[in-house]
Amino acid sequence: MAKTRLIQRILAALGAGIIAFILVGPIMGLKIEGYDFVANWTSPLTLAAFVCIARLVLGYVPLDRIRHSHSDTAPRQTKRSPVQVAALGVLLVVLAASLPFFASKYWISVSIIALIYVLLGLGLNIVVGLAGLLDLGFVGFYAVGAYGYALGFKYFGLGFWGALPTGALMAGLFGAILGFPVLRMHGDYLAIVTLGFGEIIRLILNNWLDVTGGPNGLDAPPPTFFGWEFKRAATQGGVPFHEVFNLDYSPQVLDSFVYLVLLAAVVITIYAVMRLRRMPVGRAWEALREDEIACRSLGLNHVTIKLSAFMMGASIGGVAGVFFAAYQGFVSPVSFSFFESALVLAIVVLGGMGSLTGVVLSALFLTMMPEFLREFADYRILVFGFAMVLIMLWKPRGLVQMRRPYFGLRGN
Amino acid sequence: MDFYVLGQQLVNGLVLGATYGLVAVGYTMVYGIIGMINFAHGEIYMLSAYLTAIGVSVLSYWGFGSPWALIALTLLFAMAITSLYGVVIERLAYRPLRGSNRLAPLISAIGVSLILQNYVQLSQGARNQGVPTLIDGALRFGDQEHFFQITYMQVVIIVVAFISMLGLNLIVRYTTLGRACRAVQQDREMAQILGIHADRIIAAVFAMGAAMAAVAGVLITLNYGSFDFFVGFITGIKAFTAAVLGGIGSLPGAMLGGVLLGLAESLFSGFVNSDYKDVFAFGLLVAILIFRPSGLLGKPIVEKV
Repeated sequence: MAKTRLIQRILAALGAGIIAFILVGPIMGLKIEGYDFVANWTSPLTLAAFVCIARLVLGYVPLDRIRHSHSDTAPRQTKRSPVQVAALGVLLVVLAASLPFFASKYWISVSIIALIYVLLGLGLNIVVGLAGLLDLGFVGFYAVGAYGYALGFKYFGLGFWGALPTGALMAGLFGAILGFPVLRMHGDYLAIVTLGFGEIIRLILNNWLDVTGGPNGLDAPPPTFFGWEFKRAATQGGVPFHEVFNLDYSPQVLDSFVYLVLLAAVVITIYAVMRLRRMPVGRAWEALREDEIACRSLGLNHVTIKLSAFMMGASIGGVAGVFFAAYQGFVSPVSFSFFESALVLAIVVLGGMGSLTGVVLSALFLTMMPEFLREFADYRILVFGFAMVLIMLWKPRGLVQMRRPYFGLRGN
Repeated sequence: MDFYVLGQQLVNGLVLGATYGLVAVGYTMVYGIIGMINFAHGEIYMLSAYLTAIGVSVLSYWGFGSPWALIALTLLFAMAITSLYGVVIERLAYRPLRGSNRLAPLISAIGVSLILQNYVQLSQGARNQGVPTLIDGALRFGDQEHFFQITYMQVVIIVVAFISMLGLNLIVRYTTLGRACRAVQQDREMAQILGIHADRIIAAVFAMGAAMAAVAGVLITLNYGSFDFFVGFITGIKAFTAAVLGGIGSLPGAMLGGVLLGLAESLFSGFVNSDYKDVFAFGLLVAILIFRPSGLLGKPIVEKV
């Protein structure tokens, strides 16, 4: 018996190897050079051998048991007092806020990008994680925020502080215009419509040369501190920030300032989402995600509830866009491709779809990781793709188990 | 309105539409049978473009001179490999997620799509690639100065697309496999009770869809001669639009939707603005979903509790 099973396993492994070779052979082995080709069979053969061995090894691992032991167990209800949570939060925020005072310019800019993605992740988390609506065009709202700032500055002289609420409002309005007709429909359609919407925004930004500057992009001004600029010498007779406070001029001050404001925005967003989840509207989001028909039969208006989630997420995306434009000083359509949407989705999925801690951690991880793995930069997208598939297979609800707001009877 | 320009745009639109229809068939069949949007389907089209270039250059290297033999063998080669891709993707990335929450397979499909794009880019380079022109010449209508033309390659596209769609329709309608497909689509559990191996049927549906996308990929690549690793994305969305336009889940609907979308897009870029033709196609998708989500030939979706 044992012998025949071993033979079966070896045959299955060989079969997997052969299939892998047929699949990757032509694409990896025959490289197109003009109208000709160059054959090189080492990489497909290596890959096929690897698949063969992996199949043989995996045959001895009880995959099903691993998958099922994790996926559907109820989340642990560990109890931490609110004081502990608040103390931990304050400690983390203070630590994060002290970063600009010792880190180099390079790490500050890496952290700014990471925090922008945290903000994007938090926004999409409301839509995908809490309300269960798959939005593949989230980058569209990000673009609305960024271009809203750049265009507002160009045509109406809008400043950074004015752009923050305007950007949020505009992105939310776009979310409402898009969401209202679409949200009545079946969930899968929403994914494709939002994907189309994201592309429409990008194509318009790219093609409407007169207004958006097309592929050349637009300038966006850096933020100011109560009207004091972070430049060596202020424009038009103003006083630069460093002279007001008797500091030496340093270009790093601007980045540190953007970082601190952004950190404040992230903290406010996290707090707001934490509160929202305990409010009726937040509970309605999660209830709709779990069972739409039951909710509707209990009298919840699914369109307005979904719309509120959609608009809330879009506004946060818009704010992230304003920060992005202000930090880069420049916006162009290249920054708003579908890949950005997929990246933010990967952040939410990896973080556990709904879990705030998870989203923050995975955003930091996914944006910081490429900085440490510079030599593997080409493989970044490949790694994202595999991470998305494998995490879905292993834990369809994401890596960090979400803890629901929990009200139980005392003493139970 | 110039009659000859109109004629030319109609011809171009028909050719484009036929290929959209072929790709749309894959979306509609998969959606019909497991209710999932196979987001990675566009990448199958992209793979077949690369397989075309590889097939043509390898076959010419082996000494096949006749363009007809080249086209036929490349078609078979691309269809065989891509259907295997379809089956393997379904087996590894979608099947384990059946019965899981609704978003999981869609997210997994996006992951597959990113993997395929990056894998092709890494192995073949990010540059634009090309294939040689195999068939020259055209049928011309009109006089020396005012005319519109159908190239022989366009004729080949329309004929091959028509034959493939007819063949697929015959398979689905009259063979045992086709009957089993329809049975699984209507009621998977009941079909299983009656002895149909549902997993195999679903795999077969993925294979057929991928093969149809490969037909479109080979034909379009031979016609335009140039492609890169990103072509799957835009074609995928447009084909999905075509599937929704015709009524998702309906096979004739996908073909009709493809042709209509191709014509609409071609007329729009000919007479209005070619920069915004993609915006027009996406806008059309949004409009259909708002005003007639069940499409032209589809049945309205009834939610069962």
